[in-house]
Amino acid sequence: MKKWIIMLLTVVLGVIGLSGCSDSDTASGGDKDGKVEITYGFWDKKQVPAIEEIIKLFNEKYPDIQVKTEITPYGQYFQKLETAATGGALPDVLWMNGAHVVQYAKGKVILPLSEMAEKDNYSLDNYPESLIDLYTVDGNIYGIPKDYDTTGLWYNKKIFDEAGVAYPDETWDWEKLKEAAKQLNDQEKGIWGYAALMGNQGGYYDFIWQNGGYIISEDGKSAGFDKPEAIEALEYNVSFIKEGLSPTQAQMTETAASELFSSGKIAMMFDGPWMVPEYKKNPDLDVAVVPQGKKRAVSIHGLSNVISSNTKHKEEAWKFVQFLGSKEAAEVFAKTGTVIPAFNGTQDAWKESVPNLNLQAFIDGAEYSVPLPSVENTGEIWQYETDVLKKAWSEEISIEEAAEELTKKANEALSK
Amino acid sequence: MTLKEVPLQTEVKSAKRIKVSSLAKTRKRSDYFWAYLMIAPTMLGLFIFYLWPIVQNFYFSFTEWGAFGQYEWTGLDNYKRLLEDATLLQAFKNTSIYIIFTVPIGIFLSIIVAVLLNQNIKGKSIYRTLYFLPVITMPAAIAMVWKWLYNADYGMFNYLLSLVGIEGPQWVSDPKIALYSIIAVAIWSGIGYNMVIFLSGLQGIPKMYYEAAEIDGAGPVTVFFKITLPLLSPVIFFVSIMSLIGAFQVFDLIFMMIGKSSTALESTQSIVYLFYQHAFVLNDKGYAAAIAVLLLAVILIITAIQMVLQKKWVHYD
Repeated sequence: MKKWIIMLLTVVLGVIGLSGCSDSDTASGGDKDGKVEITYGFWDKKQVPAIEEIIKLFNEKYPDIQVKTEITPYGQYFQKLETAATGGALPDVLWMNGAHVVQYAKGKVILPLSEMAEKDNYSLDNYPESLIDLYTVDGNIYGIPKDYDTTGLWYNKKIFDEAGVAYPDETWDWEKLKEAAKQLNDQEKGIWGYAALMGNQGGYYDFIWQNGGYIISEDGKSAGFDKPEAIEALEYNVSFIKEGLSPTQAQMTETAASELFSSGKIAMMFDGPWMVPEYKKNPDLDVAVVPQGKKRAVSIHGLSNVISSNTKHKEEAWKFVQFLGSKEAAEVFAKTGTVIPAFNGTQDAWKESVPNLNLQAFIDGAEYSVPLPSVENTGEIWQYETDVLKKAWSEEISIEEAAEELTKKANEALSK
Repeated sequence: MTLKEVPLQTEVKSAKRIKVSSLAKTRKRSDYFWAYLMIAPTMLGLFIFYLWPIVQNFYFSFTEWGAFGQYEWTGLDNYKRLLEDATLLQAFKNTSIYIIFTVPIGIFLSIIVAVLLNQNIKGKSIYRTLYFLPVITMPAAIAMVWKWLYNADYGMFNYLLSLVGIEGPQWVSDPKIALYSIIAVAIWSGIGYNMVIFLSGLQGIPKMYYEAAEIDGAGPVTVFFKITLPLLSPVIFFVSIMSLIGAFQVFDLIFMMIGKSSTALESTQSIVYLFYQHAFVLNDKGYAAAIAVLLLAVILIITAIQMVLQKKWVHYD
């Protein structure tokens, strides 16, 4: 008899062990002792201190709502979300970027917030209009803006001083950038004048817009990489590598350009405010507005907080999202200097958080900024950009060939 | 086992023949019952986590996926795409080069190491541990360390080369050599695992063969080729099948060592890397499933060929 029981237990426990693991993920917190637990998914580890402080402030107001954070590195974030969304196991509240919002809104995995905002008199006027537009899909808002970022021209003051070149300012244009790069370039010392990054935000997108081109047409049906303005902009980008003023694409994959820059091997490069925590450690570095082309333009993008439609605690999640979008939360972000908070008027606090850097450059950029294009297949198009443009960046194929191939692939993705 | 024993028993006790055999039958049935019950948890796991996904994968290879799990039946479309995909052909080529180098060289080196460490040398357990260390290290950690060693600007290899006045190559960014850099890491990290299997194989060879060879005056080389190698052939066969299947599925080293915007990605990406790319980056899960089916077919065929060929060179005593 005893044997029976032991064997049965073995089997039963074994089976429970197997099914048990799938169970615990989906249910996000019970109502034990009247408390509700909601989960908050995001990717940036650098923002954890700020977020923890915000959750603490939130709990002072709502002690019955507990927030559990789930960090996934950006490289895997959207892959994990895709799978979680398919299985109905998204975190209750999560970060969203412009590249994916249309897909998630149309896939009905995140909740439209307009109705709830109206009911609670929640004002959306507190945020830059371009960010509200970015998260509005078919007339409905899906995400409450959290922060924004533009691009700046970072430079190394020491290299500038040694070469006797004046620091960059708002008068700079493409010609001046090239000229300065030539003066700063010093092969013997192993210093490059500029890093021609192969990145869309803070890279070729900015140049294409400055040259009067476009990435995705107004109607969202075709890509503009093969237009003369775009080709000219891409050629300008790659010319730095061709003329030996920038590390090659292979060199920049061996060692990230940002690392070369912070170790004093690159005189100038485009980068965003998210690098402030890193670059502020080196007193030689400062930042200016990006140079202009035919016109002034810089890309703007910002993250927002969204609510998943599989949440069991819609009310609580909405309360938390409202709080994340509040002035109070924005001030915490500003103070810690991690990102530019989206809440209007809190940017000054951010600027003052690192007084030795000219952070005003990023805020100035917002005036003439262009939002990153966002369509249903943005993620896919980004992948094609990397696949195709890297061949042009490494001079394997010509810019024209790359532009043509990329436009074809992007158009195919857009027509899906 | 009971199948053979039962008739013997019944013959001996012929008087109680019927009674015993029926008893044996019930005994047999209950034996099987317990056996199945004991392996049931594992079988269930195997079915839920291995077999069922294979069936699902096969089904999904005939579908096209949209966002968030929506899909539609498209018949053989994905398989037609397979035939026209130049990237897939390149991935097959890359994987083949990887296999051609890692499997034979890996087996050769691990036999050498195993034979050497099977001798009575000082500190052999330390050597064995050292060779086995990479096996228990996370592949990601191995990749990160090697990536640093390979770095063209700050890496150790190019630093050492610069000491003798040679400007080292871009080990993992140059499309021409990146794949071979990965192969070197794969061989290095695989030796320990195969070595342990070979060691156990070597220790299973009866001592008397060696004693007999010694009496006959055979040298160490002759002993190795006439005794060790033939008697080790079942183990070599096992290891070659396992490493071939493993090599076909190479992914982590490439994923960790070659950046997404690397110029060397096309010349290094393997079939599984391409599968990952389609399934999780481009959200083209139907096509990814078709790639997986193709990979399964190729591995099955090659393993079958190996099974047939083994009769020619594998000696089971």
